[in-house]
Amino acid sequence: MGAAGRGGADRSGDRTVMPRCNTVEGPGGHNTYKAAMNGTYKSEHGGLKNGFVRSGALFEEEKFYNGGLYKRPFHEAFEETPMLVAVLTYMGYGILTLFGYMRDFMRDWKIEKCHNATEREEQKDFVPLYQDFENFYTRNLYMRIRDNWNRPVCSVPGERVDIMERFTDDYNWTFKFSGRVIKGVMNMGSYNYLGFAQNHGVCADSSSSVLHEYGAGVCSTRQEMGNLDKHEELERLVARFLGVEAALAYGMGFATNSMNIPALVGKGCLILSDELNHASLVLGARLSGATIRIFKHNNMQSLEKLLRDAIVQGQPRTHRPWKKILIVVEGIYSMEGSIVRLPEVIALKKKYRAYLYLDEAHSIGALGPNGRGVVDYFGLDPRDVDIMMGTFTKSFGGAGGYIGGSKVLIDYLRKNSHSTAYATSMSPPVAEQIITAMKCIMGEDGSTLGRQRVEQLAENTRYFRRRLTEMGFIIYGNSDSPVVPLMLYMPAKIGAFGREMLKRNIGVVVVGFPATPIIESRARFCVSAAHTKEMLDLALTKISEVGDLLQLKYSRHHFVPLLDRPFDETTYEETED
Amino acid sequence: MDVKYIKDYLSWLYYQYLLITCSYVLEPWEKSIFNTLLLTAIAMVIYSSYVFIPIHVRLAMEFFSGICGGQHESTIALMS
Repeated sequence: MGAAGRGGADRSGDRTVMPRCNTVEGPGGHNTYKAAMNGTYKSEHGGLKNGFVRSGALFEEEKFYNGGLYKRPFHEAFEETPMLVAVLTYMGYGILTLFGYMRDFMRDWKIEKCHNATEREEQKDFVPLYQDFENFYTRNLYMRIRDNWNRPVCSVPGERVDIMERFTDDYNWTFKFSGRVIKGVMNMGSYNYLGFAQNHGVCADSSSSVLHEYGAGVCSTRQEMGNLDKHEELERLVARFLGVEAALAYGMGFATNSMNIPALVGKGCLILSDELNHASLVLGARLSGATIRIFKHNNMQSLEKLLRDAIVQGQPRTHRPWKKILIVVEGIYSMEGSIVRLPEVIALKKKYRAYLYLDEAHSIGALGPNGRGVVDYFGLDPRDVDIMMGTFTKSFGGAGGYIGGSKVLIDYLRKNSHSTAYATSMSPPVAEQIITAMKCIMGEDGSTLGRQRVEQLAENTRYFRRRLTEMGFIIYGNSDSPVVPLMLYMPAKIGAFGREMLKRNIGVVVVGFPATPIIESRARFCVSAAHTKEMLDLALTKISEVGDLLQLKYSRHHFVPLLDRPFDETTYEETED
Repeated sequence: MDVKYIKDYLSWLYYQYLLITCSYVLEPWEKSIFNTLLLTAIAMVIYSSYVFIPIHVRLAMEFFSGICGGQHESTIALMS
């Protein structure tokens, strides 16, 4: 317990993943969270509840942020949607919906040809398949701007990509290739955080040599003939990288979540899930058969209330205690760019003795001074997180996912998880790519290249976010998160932004409903360590140009700092271990 | 120079109109339907305001002068 103790200023040195604080797993019942949190300062001295000390006002050498749980400032902003923009957005959707109804009417009366799937004549009397809102949306709204998605890429998706040019002559119902290639489009959309998506360099060389040795496919599962020495090596390395006892690697990141949560919890268990959790977590939670309750995004008051209710009330009707309570959170939320309030989650988890499942799909490699994810970012003890899940798909430029945790947990999963029993094991060249990339980040290849990349990413992120905010765009999320959502709001601007940016040779990802709430359409940039300052400057110039053209600079700098509210409802100091 | 500037400004304004009303993503024939409908509505609003506002203003004036101004007339009548 008390991993968030002592040092606020001890983050400069190149320490390993274990935090240096000395209050880990203390058996003493009186060495409570309060003592660890306030450290050398007396709790009564500050006068504020929860040892809240205004940053840097009294103590210069060591700063406590946000109630002493955080060792670094935690800036997260979600600027309010301006009222006029919201009204105009709804109006736009209204117009498109009206035209959608008109087109559906025309298709129904055979005035125009219907291009998309419909029920067959003999199925007309059954439950309709294509009549819900999402089908209406796909047919009448998404189709109009479909050219912004699924563009075929024909090169390595590094910091620059080549895109196959295509055109449509029936308003996006079908596409034809012109045969030309748009060369050197700047890639602001891949999750290539550390720039390991390369076709040259150490990673590519070593994986190609492994390809020559092992081939590409394994053709068996881990439990049968597919357990290669490369996989064992990878798992040991992952465990070392994370600072946990053991780890397990899978060939698919999505399935790591959706197949392992059912192995961990079941009927009679409770899952507390963040409302913005990824689809894989949602699917896993539903497949498990456990009761699912949703807490507000990154809102610890909401989480604590659910935890309290769960413990007080127990299961519905029978009021038996829950078998297990599993809190499911992500490290970086990929649509909001926010970072989980891990110190608070861990404090709550300890207080209420729940389990914690942390999905580091976006944060592993991309956050923290050593690139070891959100645990490293906050300087916490990885052993406080029961299940550390993450993917190799993003920062490591590979594919697949891992689960790290105690030896007991990993042995249990190795036996019981569907992913180990039924999934084909990871392709050896991919495993080698991950091993090389991970060793590079850890500095075990004898170079400082990995550390440079991690630092470059952090620098790029801060620069990019700061410049965009200065330009007056509404940017969501944490100031340290490499996922940068830029708000577009209006449906026509989704399409216009993607097209205008591609015209200026920059590839971006634009996102609308159903991935976001209907009015909060956005463009999502992913900053990479492979982007140079010149590239970022060029991209920023172009974004600003398009922003002026489309009138996207909505910001009125009315930030809603979420952590400025008082810690009235959470009572961390009552924690007894 | 000025003509070019005004032209640019107008085309920018039209682009904003397209974006805000979402006619940017409509097909050309839908766009023309939408524009026709919108123009008709605006024209009708303008025409009806041209026709009816003067009448309403006059009636209102008469009504209010009936309340406030009538007093004066009667006082004058009394004095004479």
